[in-house]
Amino acid sequence: MSKVATRMAYGEALCDLGDKYDFIVMDADLSGSTQTGQFAAKFPDRFFNCGIAEQNMLSVAAGIATTGKPVFVSSFAMFAVGRAYEQIRNSVCYPRLNVKICASHAGVTVGEDGATHQYCEDLAVLRTIPNLTIVSPADGVETYAAMETVLNHNGPVYVRLGRYAVPTVFEKENYKFELGKAVPICDGDDAVVFATGIMLAAALEAKDILAAEGINISVVNVHTIKPIDKETIIKYAKKTGRVVTAEEHTVIGGLGCAVAEVLSENAPTLMKRVGVNDHFGTSAPAGVLLEKFNLNAAGIVAAVKELM
Amino acid sequence: MENQHILAERAAKLRYLVVKALHGAGSGHPGGSLSSADLVSYLYFYKMNASADRANDPDRDRFVMSKGHACPALYAALAMKGYFPEEELWQLRKFGGMLQGHPDMREIPGVDMSTGSLGQGISAACGIALAGKVDGRSYRTYSILGDGEIQEGQVWEAAMFAAHYKLGNLTAFVDYNGLQIDGDVHEVMSPAPIDKKFEAFGWHVQMIDGHDFNEIDKAVTAAEAVTDKPSVIICRTVKGKGVSFMENNATWHGKAPNAEQYAVAEAELAAAHDKALKEVECK
Repeated sequence: MSKVATRMAYGEALCDLGDKYDFIVMDADLSGSTQTGQFAAKFPDRFFNCGIAEQNMLSVAAGIATTGKPVFVSSFAMFAVGRAYEQIRNSVCYPRLNVKICASHAGVTVGEDGATHQYCEDLAVLRTIPNLTIVSPADGVETYAAMETVLNHNGPVYVRLGRYAVPTVFEKENYKFELGKAVPICDGDDAVVFATGIMLAAALEAKDILAAEGINISVVNVHTIKPIDKETIIKYAKKTGRVVTAEEHTVIGGLGCAVAEVLSENAPTLMKRVGVNDHFGTSAPAGVLLEKFNLNAAGIVAAVKELM
Repeated sequence: MENQHILAERAAKLRYLVVKALHGAGSGHPGGSLSSADLVSYLYFYKMNASADRANDPDRDRFVMSKGHACPALYAALAMKGYFPEEELWQLRKFGGMLQGHPDMREIPGVDMSTGSLGQGISAACGIALAGKVDGRSYRTYSILGDGEIQEGQVWEAAMFAAHYKLGNLTAFVDYNGLQIDGDVHEVMSPAPIDKKFEAFGWHVQMIDGHDFNEIDKAVTAAEAVTDKPSVIICRTVKGKGVSFMENNATWHGKAPNAEQYAVAEAELAAAHDKALKEVECK
């Protein structure tokens, strides 16, 4: 299985979309990391570096968007969201402006930079803001495919991207992105794993491990965190009676909570949440962190078995 | 400057509407609305290429009330310009009313950007000005900042940005009334020297009396001539200007007059408006 970081696919998508659409791209001195640098090289007149000033960047983007021009803004998730939260809320989301916040380096897979840069709370923080759509793609193919929809969606969107090269799950030729639709990847009756972002590949790995032990699970890709696809979540919870969620994010407020909210109101189901368990990250290679924090197939397998 | 008396009359009427609306609302911010009333009047009744029948014209001049709490002045100007009926002003801050406590561009015709959280409006104004440059549009972007507001770090991020991208199509005003909620701005957290700060950030800077239409017009015209730098006009103003008991009194930053106080304010503002009207008729 080939591996590519979702941020790489984002950079490529921006360049391709730039040929077809009129929009602005902004970054806060991380264009080499977030991959907006690719767009900057190709369309220098439509790229604006804001320097290390994320709060200003988000509100400037909002101002540009009032004139009818969509804007992509990128930085690390920690700073694009954590630093500029209030600008996202008040400058971007309250007036429903066409600003696409595409933040890379989300989660612990930032790696060696450590806890200050490993943002595992972005989904929790952003899910509470009205008018904001939240996308968390699983691989490079999904990221690339999502970007045109994100651009054409009328309103603010957050896209959660990663630094780390992750397995490519989908085939480019056959992949179609539909905003707001959770996508079942495989159908088993014993349990369902709702996975988002890079945890989808881990969930598919877990499925094979469990299948070898006679446990057949469904895996559902939840690429849109908000609005959450209630119908599919309820359907698969009812079908299997056992629910596991998997995300490279704190278990508080992210996908796990979104699923729990849907199910507790509609189809109460015993569930386990795989994610970061209310602690900060630490410096280490990304692969080591995924293993140490059980953000892998083994963690998902263990969670499913606890429910059996 | 010609037509000064007409502007004075418009500003007097605007002040009257502002205080009436705030009294009706029972809350809000008279002090900063009244200190910026002459600037808003100058922009909407003289300077800006903006009118209700071309509310969505991509080439219209833009205005961002970065000190969003002074929106009663903006709302009164928009009502007087026909963006919405004057009666809307009596629904200010009320449930179901269009006129929110801070400007909402999605609900209120003529509002170019939602503001309220201090420091964000000037960044948005930079974005609007930048978009104008990118698209080769002729419009100019104006924004009014509070002197307390410039304590926000984001203002200086925006100041750096505007100078870096040579936003010569941006004119900002600082409503330097010297007071913020907790008292004298120089005692709470001094922004002085405001002129030298903006100069150091690469802006074209002027200091004027923000209640003198001649000075405002001269400064705005001079700012237009500078095309490679953003301009800031620091306006010495009187908080609560036009209502005797509100002038230079920080306690009138964020409360509405009660019935008794309103009776006094209303009489003063009505008299001032009558006087201004007479001067228009004489000319």
